[in-house]
Formats: sequence, structure tokens, C-alpha cells
Amino acid sequence: MAETKSISAIEQVLIDDFSLFDTWEEKYEYLIDIGKKLALLDPSYKTEEYKIKGCQSSVWIHSTYKDGLVYFEGDSDAIIVKGLVSLMIMVLSGHTPKEIVDAPLDFINAIGLSSHLAQTRSNGLRAMIKQMKLDAAAWGS
Amino acid sequence: MTDHKPFDVEQLRELFPILKRKVKGKDLVYFDNAATSQKPQSVVDAVSNYYSTYNANIHRGLHTLADEATAAYEESREAVKQFIGASTHEEIIFTKGTTEGINLVASSWGRANLNPGDEIIISTLEHHSNIVPWQMIAEERGASINVIPIDDNGVLDINAFKKLLNEKTKLVSIIHVSNALGVINPVEEIISLAHKQGALVMVDGAQSVVHLDIDVQKLDCDFMAFSGHKIYGPTGVGVLYGKKALLEAMPPYQGGGEMIKEVTFEKTTYNELPFKFEAGTPNIADVIALKTAIDFINAEGKPRMRAYEETLLTYATDKLKAIEGLKIIGDVPHKVSVISFIIDGVHPQDLAILLDNQGIAVRTGHHCAQPLMKRLGIVGTTRASFAPYNTIAEIDTLVSALHKALKMLK
Repeated sequence: MAETKSISAIEQVLIDDFSLFDTWEEKYEYLIDIGKKLALLDPSYKTEEYKIKGCQSSVWIHSTYKDGLVYFEGDSDAIIVKGLVSLMIMVLSGHTPKEIVDAPLDFINAIGLSSHLAQTRSNGLRAMIKQMKLDAAAWGS
Repeated sequence: MTDHKPFDVEQLRELFPILKRKVKGKDLVYFDNAATSQKPQSVVDAVSNYYSTYNANIHRGLHTLADEATAAYEESREAVKQFIGASTHEEIIFTKGTTEGINLVASSWGRANLNPGDEIIISTLEHHSNIVPWQMIAEERGASINVIPIDDNGVLDINAFKKLLNEKTKLVSIIHVSNALGVINPVEEIISLAHKQGALVMVDGAQSVVHLDIDVQKLDCDFMAFSGHKIYGPTGVGVLYGKKALLEAMPPYQGGGEMIKEVTFEKTTYNELPFKFEAGTPNIADVIALKTAIDFINAEGKPRMRAYEETLLTYATDKLKAIEGLKIIGDVPHKVSVISFIIDGVHPQDLAILLDNQGIAVRTGHHCAQPLMKRLGIVGTTRASFAPYNTIAEIDTLVSALHKALKMLK
């Protein structure tokens, strides 16, 4: 999927998915479900080296580079954050470094979660995005 | 004092305008009082009234506004003096908050008194602001830091403390009430033991002053720091209490206006206490409003509010303990109205997000006490801290919101 669709097209799919839900409870249950379904990260990457230091929860992101495309995998010890990790991987994985670095990633606002994520500083979303873009930039250089 | 009046929480809530607001469409339930308390309208008005009617720089202006502002500022110092039982207004230094008070002592007293080989004692329960300033000065002066251990419920090991005390111990800096757990430390005993060994004691009163009766002379602490914003006052103002003889012997912390007697390019002489430690134009408005906050506490009566907080604490403790997999950390008899808990298999951050969506403000995480969390073997806790304007109904709301959150997460 990721190989064929652009980042903004995948974002639109997620926006459409989330728009099916009216209440914050449903949106969150969906996000939690997405988090639970995230592929397991190899424990050898759940180390300090791959850890993004947020204020409250731990997030690990590992990236690989194949045929000009960056692939991400990740995990978090908090399930809602893990849902966010999963969303980011769905959107960014399998794209070129330039596409990843240039992605505005405003779908988080559009799916109506951000107004419920008061702890933007502590949920580490920004740190997560920054690290994924840095990884992509490093593969592209 | 109006201690005999029956406590009426609805009447008290009327004084706090913020309690009427909605969060995400729900009535706000504010259980983050240990982080900062809400402010009564009188405190908000005091700040506004100062700027609207007598804003002026203090102590040196020879005009009516300066006179009025100076008088109000110094009245606040007098109110603080009485509030904590200091012997003279010279022992009351206005700061930005607890953190600055501790930094002031670490920097000024520490630089003048710590020598290589000297020791400072703190505890495992400390907030980072009572760890880092001591590490900084210890490193600079070649001193070292020893840490009093705790048990799994956050109770200090006093026997271990006795063993840590020795002739090299120059100062003990101890948190009075743990911000993370609410546990009250036996500071009287710690002070008495330290003094026998010739060591000074600084008390971090950030969490205690709002709940407990404080008499610094009776306590015999050498320094105490606390924040205005945790006692219904404004942010950006705090108090450092220090025994006069100690403060007099200490060098100034910062240089600038207000703290000088005479300045020439060759030599400057310093102002007397307490001004020696208040360089620059102080936070006049908030200092003045701190008195209004103290007036509020005195009018309501600390023992009366504490008794009601106890009711909330007992009720919430029973209700929360009934939740499957929930464990209270610091479930001890000697504590203030703070409940810190963990739930099996649930990350505190997930809980906080789901509670916030239900209008409930709690604090989660390491509570700026990472060494404590490491000792307890946890990433953090969820902390609900109660004030006298909270209600039993709000605790019921928390409990049902927790059940809902757990259902969503499982």
C-alpha cells in the first residue's frame, strides 16, 4: 500500500477512517486498536539508541533503507502513543527521504485527535515526527 | 479565625471562578492541586487592583504610589512572617518560588561554607529542585551528597539517616511532604538529629505549607523554601525563610539594584536583610497578592480545610483501592491529601489522556522525581491531589472515569 500511495493519499485514507467516528471515545478506541495491531519491534531495537526521549512515555523508532525508500518500525510503552507511532509508520514508511522530510503531516489535526491530545509536549508526537524526519534525512544524505 | 464555622464546600467553591469552567464539554474536575492550586477571586483581584490603582516601584520612590506599593509589599512580608512563625521580617526573603529559594541557599550559603570533603544529605524522595542545586554546588566545592533511603511506601529510613550523619555533614536538605506520594516526612526528628551533629537543615516546604501548620521557630529549621502558587497565591512568587544570623553571614546571591547600600567602582557595600537577597525590581504585584492568599487561608482556617481534605483523602483512598489492579504508592497514615497510584498493565500517560477527555485534571509521570521512580521500579504514577474546594462527587466522577478509561484500554 505504502509503495503505491503518496503520503498525502495515505493521510486522506486515515482522515476518512477516523471521520466514521463521532465521539472521542470511538476515535480513541480505534487508535488504541491500531496501537495493539502494530507489528512487534525486534527487542534488539528497544534500546537507548533507538529511544526517543519524551516526557512521559518511551518511544522507539528503527528505520531501514532499501531501494531508495525508508522503512520504519517502532513501539511505545503507552498504548495511545503506540497508536500514534503506528499511524506515523503507516503514513511515512516506504517513501523516499525527500518525501518524508517534506511531508507537512497535518492529518493529526484533521482526524480530530489533536484537540483531545492536550499533552502535546509530553506525548512525544513532535519528537517522534522530528526523529523520523531526521532518520529519513540521514538515509538520503 | 473562623474555625468553628461548619465547612461548606459549595460556599468555598464560589470563591474560585475557574471551578465553573468546562473542559471538553464536561465540568472541570481539578485534581492537580499539588502542581498548583487554583486562585480565589480575591487573589486575582489583588493583582489587578495593584496594577489598576497603585502600580509603582517600591522602596525608593518619594511619591504616593510608591509609598502605597511599598507599604503593601512590606505588609505581605509581615503576613508571611506570621504565617510561618518567623521571628522577624528580616528572615523572609521573597523569591520566584521554592526552586529559587533552594538555589539561593545552595549557591550563597554553599559557596561560603562548603569545602572539599564536606557532605550534604538529601533523600530519595526529593523533587529535582532539591537535588540538582546541591549537585551543582557540591561539584563546584568538592563536596559530596548522601541520600537517605526509603521503603517501598516512600517512608524514610531514619536509622539509615542516623548512620549517614557524621562530622563531615554540613547540611541536610529535605522535602517536608513528598510531591510525588504525599508522604509527610518526620522533619522535626531529622532537624533535631542533624543539629546534634552540627549540621544545618533546609526544609523544602513546597507541598507542606498549604496543608500543615508551620512554625519555623518551633520546628527549628535553618531554612525553608516554599511557593506562593501552591498556597492559592500567584505564580512567580515564593518565600525563603532563613534564620537571621545565617542569612546575615551569607554573601548576596545576585547583584543589582535594591540589594546595595553604596556602590562605587572600587567597592560596593550591601543592603541589610532582607533586601540584600532581593536584587532588582521584585515581583511586586504577586508578592502583594500572596498576602491576599494568606488572608484567605487564615479566614478559612488551615485546620478546618485540612479536616475536610482528610475526608476527601479517606473516601478517595477507599474508592480507588477497590479498583482491580490499582495500587497506591505511599499508602501510609502520615500523608497529605495526595494519592499516587499505578494500575497493572496501564501506562499513566494513557490514563491521563483518557481522563482529560472526561474533564479530569490529574498529574502523571515521574513528578520531577526520577530517582524516586527508579527506586520504586516504576516509570511513573498517576497522582490525584485534593484541595478543600474538591468534592466527594468529583471523586466519584474520577472513579467512574477511571473505570471507563480502563475499559477502553483493556
